[in-house]
Amino acid sequence: MTTPLLEVEDLRVRFHLRTGTVEAVRGVSFQLGRERLGIVGESGSGKSQTGRAILGLTPPPGEVTAKRLTFDGIDLLTASRRTLRHLRGGRISMVMQDPKYSLNPVMTIGEQIIEAYRAHAKSASRSEARDRALAMLEAVKMRNPARVFELYPHEVSGGMGQRAMIAMMLVTEPDLLIADEPTSALDVTVSMEVLRILDELVSERGMGLIFISHDLKLVSSFCDRVLVMYAGRVVEELEAKNLREAKHPYTQGLMRCLPTLADDVRPLPTLNRDPAWAL
Amino acid sequence: MVSAVTSRGGEHASALRSFLKRAAQFVVVLVTTLLGLIAVTFFIGRVVPIDPVIAIVGDRAPPQVYERARAELGLDKPLIEQFAIYVKKAVTGDFGNSVLTTNPVMTDIANVFPATLELATLGTIIGTLIGIPLGVLAAVRRGTLIDQVVRFLGLVGYSIPIFWLGLMGLLFFYAKLGWVAGPGRIDVTYSYLYTPVTGIVLIDTLLQGQMDAFWDAVSHVLLPACLLGYFSLAYISRMTRSFMLNELAQEYVIAARVKGLSEFRVIWRHALRNAAVPLITVIALSYANLLEGSVLTETVFAWPGLGQYITNSLQNADMNAVLGGTIVIGTVFVLLNLVSDLLYRLLDPRTR
Repeated sequence: MTTPLLEVEDLRVRFHLRTGTVEAVRGVSFQLGRERLGIVGESGSGKSQTGRAILGLTPPPGEVTAKRLTFDGIDLLTASRRTLRHLRGGRISMVMQDPKYSLNPVMTIGEQIIEAYRAHAKSASRSEARDRALAMLEAVKMRNPARVFELYPHEVSGGMGQRAMIAMMLVTEPDLLIADEPTSALDVTVSMEVLRILDELVSERGMGLIFISHDLKLVSSFCDRVLVMYAGRVVEELEAKNLREAKHPYTQGLMRCLPTLADDVRPLPTLNRDPAWAL
Repeated sequence: MVSAVTSRGGEHASALRSFLKRAAQFVVVLVTTLLGLIAVTFFIGRVVPIDPVIAIVGDRAPPQVYERARAELGLDKPLIEQFAIYVKKAVTGDFGNSVLTTNPVMTDIANVFPATLELATLGTIIGTLIGIPLGVLAAVRRGTLIDQVVRFLGLVGYSIPIFWLGLMGLLFFYAKLGWVAGPGRIDVTYSYLYTPVTGIVLIDTLLQGQMDAFWDAVSHVLLPACLLGYFSLAYISRMTRSFMLNELAQEYVIAARVKGLSEFRVIWRHALRNAAVPLITVIALSYANLLEGSVLTETVFAWPGLGQYITNSLQNADMNAVLGGTIVIGTVFVLLNLVSDLLYRLLDPRTR
């Protein structure tokens, strides 16, 4: 790992609301090469906002500051809108949670993939873009790409929708993919299939991946490294295989809450939050 | 996925079947709506304490004359029988004669409706073409000065009486500045230069190459059309704003930004195309409202339209004319409903 793909240092996301300022992300730092980084945390821990801030898509009235936020040497905080737009979709992409909401309901899946491709390959002809879209649908293991191409999002199942989403976000061959809870809206069997496809595409193309999830087990099996976030901070960073050696009480607590097949613990322990963690 | 296996031929047959089914549904809706409308209007018209006979013979006519006129109008028969006769004639296209003009009612309406159609259509076009962009702009720049201005304009359009605005418009743009022509559809000078074919002056003069007459008609229609346009703009921009705010908060909008699309494309192609679906109903309703005849506007601008015709007839107890007008308006509503249904299907794949 020579120069990291993404460098984040002291990232903060604040929302200035009428009732006061809410700091959703409070000084997150990490580096990422062409590897898989998992970010776990409960809802409200700031993991999704970290992903959005990298893409420059923090919803107003949010404010993003950082000592350093660079992608491939480009400072994302001072980059022009044009540069950012070029990066978004072109080099950094994001798979979102629920395809039911994240795909445009009035455009066919094919149209949406073509649109993503042509936003970055300006010179590409329509038929070229169509071929790429069909190839991409095939790459996400659609049984009948030509048919799925013509379908509207409501006409496909959740799993197919999410695979279409992956196809749309990877058609431009980005360097970094942020997957924001890509399987939370899917049922277990389908989600395994989607993960397998995601896994395959990411390793094939040598992309960097930020996998955001609340599922500690899933993340540790899928990623090389895991960041555990709590109340807007990274409370622990560790290699995925060393999850059992977690030092922070929050991570330890989470691990204890996981049911195991070996011994039947009833009731399962619950997490006792220490207010000191949020400080 | 099973349907994917069935042949294309099967799809055609089922498409035809569903089309026929929809056509049949439409006819049923049209007929029941009109029957209901006729019944309600008919009975209200007969129960109200105005006497169409006196309206014809005057209140000093001797009893014999009065009775004869009454019998000629068929008013001496039982109410139900009168209604049956009316419906039976209406089915054959005979809606009776207007007492006021002595013409067949439908001839009268064929004369006045194009005037209303012309004004309402222009008003709706203006309201839509300006109202939608304004609403989009207000939603995108929510909370800024632009948003405030658009919302204020909408509120004013909502709350100012249209006849007052019409009079002020005439005073200012016609009397003071002379930018537009005054009341009426066209100057008398030009009114014999063309033969009414469609009844829509703008189209008739244009088709017959009477450009002077055409431009005169334009300058007549401009002010009332803008006025009605402003009226519908107020409504359309408000609804557009709220539909757009709803769409802009959706996940697919973020996904579109993630793809690196321009803000322009995100707003106008992604968000607006979704907001357009409920907007169809809003625009159709506002159009239908204008087609009903905007009595106040028509009165202020001496515009011989449907609203004025019906109001006049009502004031003179001319029930045949009122009934005829009601039927036309009912048909317009049902037709517009059908059109917006079809547009819905076109714009929203989920309703297909």
